[in-house]
Amino acid sequence: MSFNLNTYLNKTTDAAPLAVFRIGFGVMMCYGIIRYWLKGWIETVYIQPEFHFKYYGFEWVKTLGDYTYLLFLICGLSAFFVAIGYKYRLAIITFFISFTYIELMEKTTYLNHYYFISILSFLMIFLPANAYFSVDNYTSKVSFKNIPKWCIDAIKLLLGIVYFYAGLAKINSDWLLKAQPLKIWLRSKYDLPIIGETIMQQDWFHYAMSWSGMLYDLLIPFFLLYKRTRLAAFIMVIFFHVFTRVLFPIGMFPFVMIVSALIFFDAPFHHKIINTIKSCFGFISAKAQTITYQSVYPVRNRKLVLPILGLFFVLQLLIPFRYMLYPGELFWTEEGYRLSWRVMLMEKMGNTTFKIVDQKGQSFLINNSDFLTPLQEKQMSFQPDFILEYAHYLGDHFTKQGYKNVQVYAKSYVALNGRLSQLFIDESVNLYQEKESFKHKHWILPFKDEIKGL
Amino acid sequence: MKKLVYVFAIMLFIVACSKSDDTGGGNTNPDNYNRTAMQTNLADNIIIPRLQNLKFGLETLVDVGNTFTALPNQANLDNLRAIYVSTYKDWQLVEPFNIGQAEVMQYSFKMNVYPTNTADIEANIANGTYDLSAVGNNDAVGFPALDYMLHGVAATDIDILNKYADANYKTYLTDLIAQMNSLTQTVLTDWTTNYRSVFINSTSNTVSSAVNKFINDYIFYFEKALRANKFGIPGGVFSTTPLADKAEAIYNGTISRDLAIIALDNVQNIFNGKATSTSPVGEGFNKYLIELDRQDLATLINNRIDAARQKIQILDADLKTQVETDNTKMTEAYDALQLVVVSFKVDMLQAFNVSVDYVDADGD
Repeated sequence: MSFNLNTYLNKTTDAAPLAVFRIGFGVMMCYGIIRYWLKGWIETVYIQPEFHFKYYGFEWVKTLGDYTYLLFLICGLSAFFVAIGYKYRLAIITFFISFTYIELMEKTTYLNHYYFISILSFLMIFLPANAYFSVDNYTSKVSFKNIPKWCIDAIKLLLGIVYFYAGLAKINSDWLLKAQPLKIWLRSKYDLPIIGETIMQQDWFHYAMSWSGMLYDLLIPFFLLYKRTRLAAFIMVIFFHVFTRVLFPIGMFPFVMIVSALIFFDAPFHHKIINTIKSCFGFISAKAQTITYQSVYPVRNRKLVLPILGLFFVLQLLIPFRYMLYPGELFWTEEGYRLSWRVMLMEKMGNTTFKIVDQKGQSFLINNSDFLTPLQEKQMSFQPDFILEYAHYLGDHFTKQGYKNVQVYAKSYVALNGRLSQLFIDESVNLYQEKESFKHKHWILPFKDEIKGL
Repeated sequence: MKKLVYVFAIMLFIVACSKSDDTGGGNTNPDNYNRTAMQTNLADNIIIPRLQNLKFGLETLVDVGNTFTALPNQANLDNLRAIYVSTYKDWQLVEPFNIGQAEVMQYSFKMNVYPTNTADIEANIANGTYDLSAVGNNDAVGFPALDYMLHGVAATDIDILNKYADANYKTYLTDLIAQMNSLTQTVLTDWTTNYRSVFINSTSNTVSSAVNKFINDYIFYFEKALRANKFGIPGGVFSTTPLADKAEAIYNGTISRDLAIIALDNVQNIFNGKATSTSPVGEGFNKYLIELDRQDLATLINNRIDAARQKIQILDADLKTQVETDNTKMTEAYDALQLVVVSFKVDMLQAFNVSVDYVDADGD
């Protein structure tokens, strides 16, 4: 029964699931980039705004103007190369860097699933996803039937962390005891056919959805791992994600999760998929006969790769708990909220206005729409790090205009999960003097209620 | 660890309870709020009657204007001014409804952009040729232009009357009123023949549905046209010094506070689904909030509007004068209105969870 790490690391498994995963990932990312482009979001999110919110420590990331299209082109092409497995290592590194760079350019559009894609593509750099059924096999004339088992387990583990932590985050009194924010969201779906004016309005349904959502997230990784429950679990995965897709504007995320979950299935299933693909592209596989099949893919630089991945997963397990280092209610301060799989967890809105005061005591309020896009203003209004960054931008702007000793004050009201809005930021604090850091922001006023839970 | 055990104990307890609830039908208050009823009440008891009132007022204004231009004397001027005031008040009740044809035609931009551009008006009059429907003339038409034409073209009434010896002044005045009248006719006709049925039936929760657009327009009106234009901008809230001349109806000089109170009353009446301040509460945002178990918010909004009204009632009848004499009271009124904005934009929008019309992006 004892677990021997070395024995485990030397275990091998069929390469097909990882190959299918690579194809699915590449195709979806390529489609996601095209979709983003066609919706015109490159223009509205990255090019039009004159000011961009940046992640702490990544202020150096510059926006590229019209070259942003080039960046998306590179990102989309690299995703395509990942899918076909052509120069895979270079393609996945390029994808990781370009995709992550895109996300770092503008904090306003932060989504957990973009972060998921970033770290997943980072993980995939170290996995031999082109060992089997790839163009690389064709060019190198070598293909591998088996790969180390940990290569597939790593992806399962990451998916498991995403689900399980999303479930942990739901163990709080608002979610479970008040059915918030689902109560607000579901009731507003009154216009859905049949269910809209009926069960979407029922109290019991809001609770049922909250509880089953929490249980689903916590348990689904285990049901997917266990062979006898796997198929049922996968059907639940499809149902759950399609249902949330109907209810909420969550873009690609449900499909990414559904396709990713395929990796839990055994190799014969993936061979069927590969055979289907082969029969669609029969003319290619006819030529591919010159490939010699070798049994096990030898991982190069194992001594380097394994510690990197070990550290990667330790960080993944710890980062979501960093909020414990901060005082105050996490949902209120959002200190340690991001990068933690807190998905669709709260309904939060704010209204934040800024006052500029100068040396002479002159003061005036800012019309936020003069500086921010509607999306930026919406996100800025209830997130302290946005408020601080914007206050500094305003301070710099008016200092440049010739105002002396500029001070910036914020008056902010925020409402969380259907509670009445309350003052959010200490109005007497000159935010232009406050510096961004990982320390607690003392100028966030305390939350007047309590949310119990993890 | 203790916390964890505690939480799991609660979980089990709830699971046990909610199981029995399923069969017992322990649900309360389903959102069967009848949005069509709300929209119908708005259209039939508030929007269309207000437009009809305004149309009636403008027709009178046309007649009285013709009388004046035929014979520009003090009596006819006084009469015209009186009708201008009453029609301007009627307008305050219509301005929030920037939806349907009004939105297409940019109705409110052609009716009430102030401060009016007197140089443009004088240039138009001097040239004798102009296209009043041109965007560039939005600040040379409507009630603010009329305000200038009736009170501001000269310092004294005698001098004003003398101006109207000039046929170009007469024509401009007539054209101004005619345009306001015809625009209103177009908007009203569209409501009665076409848009009413769109308005009351488009109740889905989508970006383009009438119910959502109306909620957004209503809040936007309150924030921009009422809070900022009537109080914030003249009170210097957005500038280093007060800008008294940017107040409403500055040439008349006696009605801007009342216009603001009428506008605020109107906002409150729409919120409460009331045709007038003395009508009973009807289908509207207030009832909708109560239906969503947000009586607390419904009450708070009414209280905050009442508080803002009290801050406005103590102001000078002319807000320009108020800014020039004691601007603090003006900014206090602004602050009270801002609290209402917060309740609308943050709390009410959260409660309704309407699809907002300006944000296009994925969530997660």
